[in-house]
Amino acid sequence: MRFTFDGKAIPAEPGQSIGAALIAAGHRSWRRTRIDAAPRGIFCGIGICHDCLVTVDGAANRRACLVEAAEDMRVTTQEGAGRAELEC
Amino acid sequence: MTRSDVSDVIVIGAGMVGAMTAYHCAAAGLRVTVLERDAVAGGTTSACEGNILVSDKEPGPELDLALLSIRRWQELADELGADSLEYQAKGGVVVAMSDDTGAGLTAFTASQRAAGIDAQDVSSAQLREREPNLSPDARSGAYYPQDAQVQPMLATARLLRAVRDLGGTVRTGTEVTGFVERGVATSAGIVHAEHVVNAAGTWAGQVSELAGAPVPVLPRKGFILVTEPLPRTIRHKVYTAEYVANVASSDAGLETSVVVEGTKAGTVLIGASRERVGFDRSMSLPVVRKLAAQAIEVFPFLADVALLRSYLGFRPYCPDHLPVLGPDPRVPGLVHACGHEGAGIGLAAGTGHLIAQVLTGKEPDLDLTPFRPHRFEEAPA
Repeated sequence: MRFTFDGKAIPAEPGQSIGAALIAAGHRSWRRTRIDAAPRGIFCGIGICHDCLVTVDGAANRRACLVEAAEDMRVTTQEGAGRAELEC
Repeated sequence: MTRSDVSDVIVIGAGMVGAMTAYHCAAAGLRVTVLERDAVAGGTTSACEGNILVSDKEPGPELDLALLSIRRWQELADELGADSLEYQAKGGVVVAMSDDTGAGLTAFTASQRAAGIDAQDVSSAQLREREPNLSPDARSGAYYPQDAQVQPMLATARLLRAVRDLGGTVRTGTEVTGFVERGVATSAGIVHAEHVVNAAGTWAGQVSELAGAPVPVLPRKGFILVTEPLPRTIRHKVYTAEYVANVASSDAGLETSVVVEGTKAGTVLIGASRERVGFDRSMSLPVVRKLAAQAIEVFPFLADVALLRSYLGFRPYCPDHLPVLGPDPRVPGLVHACGHEGAGIGLAAGTGHLIAQVLTGKEPDLDLTPFRPHRFEEAPA
């Protein structure tokens, strides 16, 4: 099974989270913070800290540690709040 | 007896009202000790939205206190640093979703203008200029440039730091268990002072009983919802005109009227329900659902935004919806600063200022008669 991360194919096992698959593929970060654009990846790994947020198939703020990887999923680095289209 | 056991003023409660009172007293040169049974901002201050509003006030004594408070907040932002309080003079926008409500709002703003509020009637087109994400169904509204917002916990902590810098003492985890001659008994011994200020928020009624001078302060439960962090999507404090009617209501049943605002952290806060159900901390999904639905009516984009959590707090209200401020003639040395209902953060600044004036023998800037503590025992005129 494969999904894409910023356009690049990432292999995943059935039942594996996006976060676990990204770590296994050597990626440590997949979000940049809202204020300082600092890189973030897995911190707590159990759905509490909201540090590992990622955009999945266009939906922002998904927790990479909780969302199961699926075939052809399109995962992209989340910039800031990930909802730039709402800004006014 | 160590020096710290004797003060000019004991303030019971380290919420926003207590911190403001302590700050103004310390700044006026009084030796202040703050006693808090829990943690700083551990009560209603950490369970509210940080509103500093004139927009929801009818002409009367509470409005006078609100106008004084708004001025004091502006000065405090200069004195202590606006960022250290997350003070934002963002202005308020009140929205009428029907023509009937709009007509009522226009009459209300006219009465407010006559009482000194900067209240500007705005058309539906002007509303959307101010709030581009607002529902196209909004019929008309009002704009209130004086409305503002703070982060209440941060601001309380900042004020108490200033109290310490001015030589005051802040003792958390110290519960007042009784009143003694010129002082109070606490879980950590007797503390003496010339004056004792009851700023115990929603628990001020219990403190007043300990003092032998009861004031009827009761809890009104309110839920607030917190969204995921967003970029700036909502520029002002935005609420529906129905909110004003609910604030002034004495109905015991559930009332919800939505107030929506962004925060510096990016989350959007959605308040506020009002229920008189005592100190009941239970979660209520129907209330949360109703608030969310009302928020979506005003800002349709919220339908696709996730809620991270909700919280609830107990607003301290008195039967006549006015706070209790000033010396209590029944117990010499006892002073009350409580009962601010859902407006405590905003009204705290004026409250602290007035209490410090009273305790330093000055004529207060506002007549405290409407707020007198013993008014509930007086025979009706």
